[in-house]
Amino acid sequence: MTSTSALGSRRALTQDRVINWLFLSFLALSLLVGFLLLGALLVDVFRKGVGELSWSFLTNPPSSLPSRAGARPAILGTIYMMILLVVLTVPLGVGTAIYLEEYANKNRWYNRWLEINIQNLAGVPSIVYGILGLAFLVRGLGLGRVLLAGALILTLLVLPTVIVAAREALRAVPDSIRQGAFALGASQWQVVSRQVLPAAIPGIATGAILALARAIGETAPLLMVGALAFIAFNPTILGDFTALPIQIFQWISRPQEEFRHKAAAAIIVLLALLLVMNAFAVWIRNRYERRW
Amino acid sequence: MLKGDDMETAQATEPAVRLDRVEPAIADRSDPAAVAAVQVPPVFQVTGLSVTYGSHLALADVTMDIRSKAVTAFIGPSGCGKSTFIRCFNRLNDLIPSARVTGQVLYHEDDLYSPTVDPVEVRKLIGMVFQKPNPFPKSIYDNVAFGPRVLRRKDELDGRVEMALRRAALWDEVKDRLKTNALSLSGGQQQRLCIARCLAVEPDVILMDEPASALDPISTSAIEDLMHELKTDYTIVVVTHNMQQAARVAEMTAFFSVDVGEDGQRTGVLVEYDETQTIFTTPADPRTEGYVTGRFG
Repeated sequence: MTSTSALGSRRALTQDRVINWLFLSFLALSLLVGFLLLGALLVDVFRKGVGELSWSFLTNPPSSLPSRAGARPAILGTIYMMILLVVLTVPLGVGTAIYLEEYANKNRWYNRWLEINIQNLAGVPSIVYGILGLAFLVRGLGLGRVLLAGALILTLLVLPTVIVAAREALRAVPDSIRQGAFALGASQWQVVSRQVLPAAIPGIATGAILALARAIGETAPLLMVGALAFIAFNPTILGDFTALPIQIFQWISRPQEEFRHKAAAAIIVLLALLLVMNAFAVWIRNRYERRW
Repeated sequence: MLKGDDMETAQATEPAVRLDRVEPAIADRSDPAAVAAVQVPPVFQVTGLSVTYGSHLALADVTMDIRSKAVTAFIGPSGCGKSTFIRCFNRLNDLIPSARVTGQVLYHEDDLYSPTVDPVEVRKLIGMVFQKPNPFPKSIYDNVAFGPRVLRRKDELDGRVEMALRRAALWDEVKDRLKTNALSLSGGQQQRLCIARCLAVEPDVILMDEPASALDPISTSAIEDLMHELKTDYTIVVVTHNMQQAARVAEMTAFFSVDVGEDGQRTGVLVEYDETQTIFTTPADPRTEGYVTGRFG
């Protein structure tokens, strides 16, 4: 049918080349969409917000006068929230993951039941967690509309993601490492703490930080738990609070153009905080990889 | 390095630290009559041992003794349960939730599977080297030091590490780079490192599950030389695919085969166990003869 030579059919060759090319263009297109959207977002935010960034923006409390409005309580609220989240989610999430991966007997019904539930929890919308927080933490436990309640609800929100990420990291540690350590007379605790966990730390750090970064940007559950948009004093763990996403939401809904620029500036601050978190994750990863 | 007439001094100074061999903790050697009764009592006495994974019978009814301070080889085709069997000696099958071991394994005079025996204690006395070299992703030093650290024998740690590496014939190759990552070693070196890691725990028995099957011929012969060296002090049990290897290193050889049941289930059975020479020259069972002469398997 077609001209064939020792090097194969010419038509088949051209076909392969076209398919190759099409696939590459598709990859380039997907990349371009992501980059363009992100670029447009960043350019827009920076154009509006950079002019607003100043020492007084970082240190002033919000005000009804755009010229004096700052984001200090929101920035502090978000930083406190970050610290509380790390302290609460990492031990709980990694602990659960270690139990499920290293200790749980997968033939037992309750372990399988646990697993399915954790996976399902990862898919629950954040507003539902907010309702839970309002009903259970704020009213039920009488915690009130405080920063701790917000941090606890965000903990619940990201815990499933952290657990799943940590489990992946633990599963990536080859079984031969565990067997080698067991064969030397190490106890289960020694195998986990000296071999498996150190080997999994880079993966756990990356996964946990990504999940936490996601939580820091959450608005809906905090609104439900009662984060206030207008706080003129520094937030405390057991007091009224606000956070950057709430502040951004509130400023954007104001009619004055100046507040929109304030919102853009607050977005830049939030992005900067997220970058710091990610840099921390990269640092942990490199540190642990270099040691070996 | 050594001049002929310096041999005596060299011998005297050679080991930096003389480590006392730890007597097996679960062995009862208090009865001298019982020890004297048998000339060299076997290290292991296996009686009616079977292993099931879930509902699958993987190894059926094995009875054999393992001779002390000698190399015992397990040979046989794939799936004959020889790896499953060797893992019964250090209770590594305990790590598989569905595995169940029945029958009896006596280590010296003690039941290895008695409810009062902690598998972690068993593994301190009965070391293991795996098929694929599995060094920890840490430095060479930390690999060897892991066992002593875990067992809280941290006195003279440097000396213990050096002794173990010397006995595994690796010291001269790595002494200048103990802090480098163990994964940077070649495959053969990694396997000798795993042997050193095992020796640092000062075991009584060393189990080797196809220790050379992932290695090139030169590394393989290094491992075999090492087995010859070590059997003066240790009881060695080795699983191997390579019959020449069994013939070269082992005093005793056990041949395992696979029985396929009516339902298609494959179950390992011990066919014949004897002096290596007998197994390879005048085996009693036609299946053994077929395997060692290469007619099947």
